[in-house]
Amino acid sequence: MNLAVNNTSLFLAAMLVLVALAISLWQKLGLDKDIVIGVIRAVVQLFLVGYLLKYIFRVNNLWLTLAMIAFIIFNAAWNARKRGPGIDHALGISLLAILISTGVTLGVLVLSGAIKFIPSQMIPISGMIASNSMVAIGLAYRSLNSQFHDHRQGVLERLALGSGLLDASIAIVREAIRTGMSPTIDSAKTVGLVSLPGMMSGLIFAGVDPVRAIKYQIMVTFMLLSATSLGSIIACYLAYRNFYNEHKQLK
Amino acid sequence: MDALMTLKQINYEVADKQILHDIDWQIPTGAHITVTGPSGGGKSTLLRIMAAMITKTSGELTFAGQPIESYDPIMYRRQVSYCFQQPTLFGETVADNMAFPYQIRKQSMDREHVITALTNFGLSERTLQQAVTELSGGERQRVALIRNILFLPQVLLLDEVTAGLDEDNKQLIHAWLRRLNEQKHVTTIMITHDATEIAAADQLVKVVAGRLEVAQ
Repeated sequence: MNLAVNNTSLFLAAMLVLVALAISLWQKLGLDKDIVIGVIRAVVQLFLVGYLLKYIFRVNNLWLTLAMIAFIIFNAAWNARKRGPGIDHALGISLLAILISTGVTLGVLVLSGAIKFIPSQMIPISGMIASNSMVAIGLAYRSLNSQFHDHRQGVLERLALGSGLLDASIAIVREAIRTGMSPTIDSAKTVGLVSLPGMMSGLIFAGVDPVRAIKYQIMVTFMLLSATSLGSIIACYLAYRNFYNEHKQLK
Repeated sequence: MDALMTLKQINYEVADKQILHDIDWQIPTGAHITVTGPSGGGKSTLLRIMAAMITKTSGELTFAGQPIESYDPIMYRRQVSYCFQQPTLFGETVADNMAFPYQIRKQSMDREHVITALTNFGLSERTLQQAVTELSGGERQRVALIRNILFLPQVLLLDEVTAGLDEDNKQLIHAWLRRLNEQKHVTTIMITHDATEIAAADQLVKVVAGRLEVAQ
């Protein structure tokens, strides 16, 4: 392997942060504080995670691995919730949606033999699945919120005609699921042509034959489609009812 | 005649602002009532409460002898149907709109019945395939009203449905409403500001500053 990032080169690469800082100051973007905080957080978080993963991989304990996956899922749900202001139980809904989408996708990958149930494979893959599911759910929440606002009159008219809540919301729910899934579908179309995605780049970096590396990327594409579609559909079907009160009226 | 709907001491307030004050009102079966009053007086709010689109703050509302709370709101709205002033049409074509009431009842569209309903209201079978964006204001309102009566409700609540329409369309809608009332015995309650409509009213009530005044 010819991986050569050492502390000195990392320190020199930190000059790149100065580029962003300089632009922020020069153009008066007011982002300098955020950049500094962002960089410090990234460095501290990644160092902690690096040491933590090193420990978990070495111990190779089933419960510790599951606890780490649970921690990832909970954090993903916590972040997805923030995209759904005004949606009650958004944390519970996100947790269930991410848990099921990650669980099902991981289960298929393990059972098919694509990945092994060892921490060094399970944890990074769980992170990729949960974070994509999180982004999809966040987009779906945002879409639900904006559509229930923009199409309020149409929903009211459907209700006035004696429509059930799902019939009154179905067009909105479908559009929100579509919004959640579309980035994954779009990136599936351009994968390899526009960018070499993380999984594949990482393997190539580590010296793996590109033809083997793409097989992993193909697996990632499949798993992200499953994760984002399951995450979006579960979250939308559980969340739409929150836009109505107990009298089946639009809030 | 028995009262189909009874309102007792209905109050409605939102964000500490009192919109309706102690409304007492009995609506007999088969009535054809015109509601008028200044803008912002609470007419629409009153009809929306009666349509279970919003919930009263206090008071009693009964329909067919039972308190409104005892009904499933969805089934109730199929009996007490609310029509909007500027309706939104669904989907792409008129047919999409005609299909909606069937869709929510898990039925397939009864084409014959829909065509009869269109013809009775000055439209035709050809209208079915028309894009909703091509309709005139009067046609839009008629299509929207037909959606409300493909399955006949017991009560039709109409919120200024003729506002902004030309005289011909107003006449068409009035004649249609009267037929529904006289032949199909649908109880109709219509909000209007139109002087001709007020003058032609069988029964007129006024809602002023959140209070009901029975005129005539």
